[in-house]
Amino acid sequence: MGSVVERRALDAADVTTVQPARRRGREIGILVAWRLGVAVPVVAVVATGVFLLAAWSPFDPIYQYFGAGVFSAGDAAVANAREQLGLNDSVWTQLGRWVGGLLSGDLGQSLSFRQPVGTVIAQRLPWTLLLVTLGLVVSVVLSLVAGVTAAWRQGGWVDRAVTAVGHTLEGLPPFVLALGAIAVFAVAWPLLPVAGLTDAGAAPTLGQVARHVVLPAVVLGISQMPWLVLHVRSSLLGALDEDHVTGARARGLPERVVVLRHALPTALLPFVTVLGNRLPEVVTGAVLVETVFSWPGIAAAVVTAALSVDFPLLAALTLLTTTAVLLGALLADVAVLVLDPRVTADG
Amino acid sequence: MIVARFVPLAAAAVLALLVGACSAPTSGPAASDPGSMVLADGYEPDDVNPLMGYGEEGASKIYDGLTALDAQREPQPALAASAPVAAPDGLSWTVPLRPGVTFHDGTAFDATDVVATYKAVLDPTKAATVASGFSMVRDVVAVDAGTVRFDLTRPFLLFPGRLTLPIAPSEAVAIPGPASDMPLGTKPVGTGPYRMVEWRQGSSMVLEANPSYFGGAPAVRRITVVFATDDNTRAQRVAAGEFDGTVLPPALAKGIAGQAQDMVLREHASADYRTITMPFGNPVTADPAIRQALNRAVNRQGMIDALLAGQGRPASTPIPEVLPEEVEPAAQFPFDPAQANAILDAAGWTRGADGIRARGALPARFTLMYNPADTVRRDLAQAFASDARAIGVDVRLEGLGWDAIDPRLGTDAVVLGGGNPFDTAFKSWQLLSSVNAADGYNNPGSYRNAAVDQALDAAIAAPDRATRAAELRRFQQAYAADPGMVFLTFLGHSYLTRDRFDGYQPVVEPHTHGTTWGPWWNVERWTPRT
Repeated sequence: MGSVVERRALDAADVTTVQPARRRGREIGILVAWRLGVAVPVVAVVATGVFLLAAWSPFDPIYQYFGAGVFSAGDAAVANAREQLGLNDSVWTQLGRWVGGLLSGDLGQSLSFRQPVGTVIAQRLPWTLLLVTLGLVVSVVLSLVAGVTAAWRQGGWVDRAVTAVGHTLEGLPPFVLALGAIAVFAVAWPLLPVAGLTDAGAAPTLGQVARHVVLPAVVLGISQMPWLVLHVRSSLLGALDEDHVTGARARGLPERVVVLRHALPTALLPFVTVLGNRLPEVVTGAVLVETVFSWPGIAAAVVTAALSVDFPLLAALTLLTTTAVLLGALLADVAVLVLDPRVTADG
Repeated sequence: MIVARFVPLAAAAVLALLVGACSAPTSGPAASDPGSMVLADGYEPDDVNPLMGYGEEGASKIYDGLTALDAQREPQPALAASAPVAAPDGLSWTVPLRPGVTFHDGTAFDATDVVATYKAVLDPTKAATVASGFSMVRDVVAVDAGTVRFDLTRPFLLFPGRLTLPIAPSEAVAIPGPASDMPLGTKPVGTGPYRMVEWRQGSSMVLEANPSYFGGAPAVRRITVVFATDDNTRAQRVAAGEFDGTVLPPALAKGIAGQAQDMVLREHASADYRTITMPFGNPVTADPAIRQALNRAVNRQGMIDALLAGQGRPASTPIPEVLPEEVEPAAQFPFDPAQANAILDAAGWTRGADGIRARGALPARFTLMYNPADTVRRDLAQAFASDARAIGVDVRLEGLGWDAIDPRLGTDAVVLGGGNPFDTAFKSWQLLSSVNAADGYNNPGSYRNAAVDQALDAAIAAPDRATRAAELRRFQQAYAADPGMVFLTFLGHSYLTRDRFDGYQPVVEPHTHGTTWGPWWNVERWTPRT
């Protein structure tokens, strides 16, 4: 998605004549319309693909329906349940039924949660949004601070430490990080609660949730950090070599002003694009982090839905994720268009 | 410019998060209120709908059945006003209903609710998962508002024991479509000692005492059940004092009991068997000599000691020895590899160069499937294979999901579990009667034995307890003469409970356990110690 937005070399025309804001607005409008036009078929294809994959998976939803009862149920009862649940229909019939419901605003009934899909999403989505938002904030703040410090003193001990840790974390799956955090902060040095939204049986008050969200959000943030921190570092290093920075230094401006006001802004623009493109990884990270920390979010429900071949829930969640990823990339690109006059949109 | 303002702001946010994290010390809610209890369960129900199997054996807390089982496994009237009465021919049972009972939503309980619940179970469009357990029920009718009558297809001596099925309000089960779509699945309405206040799926369930419970308001006013599926995590959290009780694998429970303060170890016997099926569709396992030999080659006590920390009882038939009135002592298989070898030698299974026996061109070899998600089944499968190997039978192990196991039940052996102590005759009939051959997981090996069929039918339809026990003994003798499976063990269930309540009563448990059965099966009659 990032390829649609291109950064050109700075030429005289851009510097001397300021583009009219109206033309910029139209450019963004075209980009948004084009992306949304592409999004519809993409979402449709992804939803159908997931439906087909689930249908061809070796899992059988009837086990989810019966649970332990399957061991004392007769064949007739199992066959009847299949018939009543519509599992005997072809996958295309089931897909058609689901699309029909979707168009009339009915997302269907989740087999694994025994509730309407809409209710499941409404109950769980806010907790995932909270976790992902906090995770992104942690990630962005840490990577900016660490990346800038590292680039500022290139080759210093901070730089070497940041680079080493960054490359190490890049290779660590989020669940390893999560289990490590549990081992340290819950077992060895019991500082923070490790599981759930609240203490056992406590109401989800602000204080309870705030304490419980710390570990998962920090783990999610740190797991996404290496790509961002290494990116900030390298693009800031590039920016520090550019002519306008040399010019600012030559004018005798203090180093703090040079780095933070002259070099960093140009280095940050590609960072926004990288952030947008990391969104799928954040979603994947959330699935693992939510599962390990028993966080009652929507990402953990993806796993449950997939394992029990819960068609309606799985398809709805796929739609939601795909839309979120497409929207994230679009927002990042629009942000770059707004922030950087040198960038043109070709779509 | 944006950045310069952003950095201190974000730093402050991170700082606030960390400070917030440190300011509130972790405090277990367990200590706060003597009338409340926090339990941890390793298994979360998919739903709490009686039609989908919730509380089928009673002890559900939220619902009541017409009867409830007591500590001696005898059905006592619950929503019934007195004991159900059988017609002289045994083909119908009349149940007078308790007057003045209300559901948690305030509506009155009467015969229409009973009829609606049982009709919903029998209604094929509802696809109730418990339907197979009520195959003997032909119809249920409301005689008047305070009486129901069950018409059966065959006499069933222990029918009052089947009436533990939870009763739901008629309007809640009237919703068309499969039972899994009913709101009852997550928003239960019952008459039981507790009503559900909140269920955060994947995390916890809160139950609150029902002040208008017909048996009197429970003294334990609030029960929070926390779902923590990982055994080790749960054990650690119990040791840290977070919970008032939990269920744990036997070895782990013993270890934690030593280090956790004021926690009592409760070990319950069960009728929860683990067995190896011997499918008749496989020429090796279908051979009577192989089945006889394997039953004598397995070291049941050795498995219990090594794999279950001694918590379990050897099983030779589906009838556990904790039911002395039903078990047949002569039908127990001894651990006797020498005799096992002799049986195989006599049947023409001769050892080859590799130590594996063969008869003609047929090697003594079969596949044993197990579900690897259950470590106990995996361990038992491995132990079984090693004992079989010692007498020259080669057992190949395959860890598979149930989806993969299902289509191969007829030809490959599998590790199965189940059983309840309330009606061993019905359970044995499901598992071994030829009418249930290859019907799902009922008699998956298609075992056929006319003497077993006859004895089990007679036990179920017996006019009295003595006849029933005699027929059950006859069944076990017939089975032992031609065993259709290799029963290994009845598992023991281990629990830890905090020692601050009175009212605990030990029970013999069904396969189902956790925090509904277990020490808390009668928690509505417990009282906090002051």
